[in-house]
Amino acid sequence: MLFEIFIRSQHGLAHKHVGSLHAADAEMALVNARDVYTRRHEGVSIWVVPSEAITASSPGEKEPLFEPANNKVYRHPGFFHVPPEVKNI
Amino acid sequence: MKDMESVAERAFQDRIFQERIDAGIKIEPKDAMPDAYRKTLVRQISQHAHSEIVGQLPEGNWIGRAPTLQRKAILLAKVQDEAGHGLYLYSAAETLGVEREDLIADLLSGKAKYSSIFNYPTLTWADIGAIGWLVDGAAIMNQIPLCRCSYGPYARAMVRICKEESFHQRQGFDILVALSRGTEAQKAMAQDALNRWWWPSLMMFGPPDEQSSHSAQSSQWKIKLVSNDGLRQKFVDQTVPQADYLGLRVPDPDLRWNEERGHYDFGVINWDEFNQVIRGNGPCNKDRLEMRRQAQEDGAWVREAARAHAAKHAGSGAGRGAPA
Repeated sequence: MLFEIFIRSQHGLAHKHVGSLHAADAEMALVNARDVYTRRHEGVSIWVVPSEAITASSPGEKEPLFEPANNKVYRHPGFFHVPPEVKNI
Repeated sequence: MKDMESVAERAFQDRIFQERIDAGIKIEPKDAMPDAYRKTLVRQISQHAHSEIVGQLPEGNWIGRAPTLQRKAILLAKVQDEAGHGLYLYSAAETLGVEREDLIADLLSGKAKYSSIFNYPTLTWADIGAIGWLVDGAAIMNQIPLCRCSYGPYARAMVRICKEESFHQRQGFDILVALSRGTEAQKAMAQDALNRWWWPSLMMFGPPDEQSSHSAQSSQWKIKLVSNDGLRQKFVDQTVPQADYLGLRVPDPDLRWNEERGHYDFGVINWDEFNQVIRGNGPCNKDRLEMRRQAQEDGAWVREAARAHAAKHAGSGAGRGAPA
């Protein structure tokens, strides 16, 4: 079975995708991931996910999928002019 | 009419693809890509992976005969890293839609190539030093530019590999430093290893630019970022001073510093030898493949046991639930 491997490199950070590996089941995938992806203490936590469990957005549909964000620049604080004499906002 | 449309469509797609490459946009697994791009990457990445796996063999040969316990532990760690590198690269190749079993089958049948350098024997402990210093050194030279290649999974695997490769080269150089400060016999052993590994290491960079068949398209697609000759020159320039430090003589009567060029001039490479080795007629080609086939056979019971264990415990629910 092909598994995707996610590693939390240190406390406070999110798990990050580092690659994949083959294993007969999830338990063995964890041990394999420890050997393949954390030989230099690159992680404090490992997630293994069967590759087939991952649903990915289609690159071909990237434009329409992310289009709603294009014309909403007011979501960014910089859009607003704050009078200079006003503090803490 | 339909054929003409699809040809025009493909040409249009290829142009869009090239624009993305030129803009420095990374290509990821599910992105549209020309068939030839996919094929050449599968070939290059899988050959790179095979090289790592086969590359364990010449060094594995000396694990049992390392001169100290510490050097043995270090060599074990290096060989383990090579296995890891092979795995990163097989994973990267698989993102392009090939199966691991097929890649392995091609290696074991002799259909797939791996780096020519691993078809040479390790005759003495000094060879382990020479391999780390020269072979890993040449690999680093080749791999650093690849960290910027256009295909995301390959580039990311290269970043990870480069971080680990540096210890490999230092480990080898450290061995030769110890030998070069040792007895006359040890110095002679170091010199002998350099004599045998120097030219094959230069051949690792591949044929001269004008003869390299895959180069032009690979450069355009940012799979190959520096030319074979360019890398080879850089390697010579960096390595000769290191040989000087070791008090060893590079086995090239034509080697000399060229003040005008700002580079070392070096002698002509024996490309007949390179071609013979690539074709399967090197000193160890048959042995390497035999060992890999044997390992595949010997390991079959482990794979079967793992599958049986997994089937037996399927659905037991251990470790599942909200991730910690």
